[in-house]
Amino acid sequence: MMLDTESYNFAYLDEQTKRMIRRGLLKAVAVPGLQVPFGGREMPLPYGWGTGGIQVTASVIGEEDCLKVIDQGADDTTNAVSIRKFFAKTASVKTTEITEEATLIQTRHRIPETPLSSGQILIYQVPIPEPLRFIEPRETETRKMHALSEYGVMHVKLYEDIAQFGQIATAYAYPVMVNGRYVMDPSPIPKFDNPKMNQNPALQLFGAGREKRLYAVPPYTDVQSLDFEDHPFEVQSWDENCALCGATDTFLDEVIVDDAGTRMFVCSDTHFCVQRQEAQNA
Amino acid sequence: MRDPILSARHLTREYAPGQGCLDIELDVWPGEVLGIVGESGSGKSTLLRLLSGQERPDTGSNRFFTSTDEWVELTEASESHLRYLGRTEFGIIHQNPRDGLRLRISAGGNIGERLMGVGERNYGDIRARAAQWMQEVEIDPARIDDKPLYFSGGMQQRLQIARNLVTNPRLIFMDEPTGGLDVSVQARLLDTLKRLVQELGIAVIIVTHDMGVARLLADRLLVMKNGRVIESGLTDQVLDDPHASYTQQLVASILQVN
Repeated sequence: MMLDTESYNFAYLDEQTKRMIRRGLLKAVAVPGLQVPFGGREMPLPYGWGTGGIQVTASVIGEEDCLKVIDQGADDTTNAVSIRKFFAKTASVKTTEITEEATLIQTRHRIPETPLSSGQILIYQVPIPEPLRFIEPRETETRKMHALSEYGVMHVKLYEDIAQFGQIATAYAYPVMVNGRYVMDPSPIPKFDNPKMNQNPALQLFGAGREKRLYAVPPYTDVQSLDFEDHPFEVQSWDENCALCGATDTFLDEVIVDDAGTRMFVCSDTHFCVQRQEAQNA
Repeated sequence: MRDPILSARHLTREYAPGQGCLDIELDVWPGEVLGIVGESGSGKSTLLRLLSGQERPDTGSNRFFTSTDEWVELTEASESHLRYLGRTEFGIIHQNPRDGLRLRISAGGNIGERLMGVGERNYGDIRARAAQWMQEVEIDPARIDDKPLYFSGGMQQRLQIARNLVTNPRLIFMDEPTGGLDVSVQARLLDTLKRLVQELGIAVIIVTHDMGVARLLADRLLVMKNGRVIESGLTDQVLDDPHASYTQQLVASILQVN
């Protein structure tokens, strides 16, 4: 194994920092949905680019791991490529674009379409970990609200949506109740992905670098999206199929393909889409 | 005679020697309006915070009789229990409606928050009750989706009242509810308050330095000075036949205006 140990520790972070983050993660797993503070480190990329996720990945990655990184479902965008390279260089781990092959998946804004399996870890990059923040700016107060399970205000947000738009217009970062106890921000994944979090066999870890918070959903945990009796939770649907693989049940991106405004809808999960195209061509 | 709904004994909270509330005893019966009057710094607001459980006393007891027929010692209740009572059995009307409202949430959302806080999950029902309560407090229900940020002071105060009454509380605490409003708006607000209190039969503890407000709303009156209750009795009795010299001065001061 070629490791550039002269310049960097394994996976960039020093061992004490990794321990500190792992302790936080253990607590987060023990109390699903609880936000655990941690001493976030300066990382060699800007806040908002995944400093939280990258610290969590660095803390749990081992030499035998195989890493996949996605950004909005794509393996080939700047953020995904650079984080994948970062760990290939500092931890010499295998990297992959194949969801089934990966033991660790760091993600920004999506959960892969391919169902995850037991033993995999999904690591989310989180910008604002506090779901109550929009309505209650005081941290002391939001902590108290979590402690006392005072979640009425979460429904006020959904109420405001319906009053203004006639439906629950929140399309991403849609609040969820974890294990019947803590209301959690699922990070800005589309609400399309919310149902995938429920009873997922994979371990789901969340890292917010700027806000310095960790939280987790252990495997096979109940994750319910909040809603009203007469306005039940619904995921997005499209009239189109994926223009590349024809999928009807995936999250689609609308892409403008020329200056004349021609548009097409394609799967946001690039690996899933390629896999389907290959199967069709075979 | 029925039991009181709130019963305080030897309630004391001193910020500094002689400052705060000293050895307060009072009972509030269901459906009555208790006025607390006195000059600035006489301990009125401190007493209100003690009675509503927002502040813990140094000594003394303060018991509340819940709708499930139990006595709760508020001075020893857990914070979660106090906050639960605050959402269900109590209402607190702040002097400044900005303290009691979420200004950037629509009027309907403000009223609905308490309902959602006690587990109401039907949008249609919540909205219907919000509209109904806006009507009760004489705000045009067409403004249900407007933000209270753009309401006048009087409307904000009305909205605050609706927001508190929607969960049918049994005891309302009011701290100078008409403070900061001009006289005509005050008069209409007082009319609304008086009507609602009579219709709903809720107990109210109202702190005010305005003897006119006290005379109009309160059934019984406590007069406070230097943290102590110096006189108490039926409102008319206290105002028409004041015993303590301070009360006599207080009453004389308004009679001159008239």
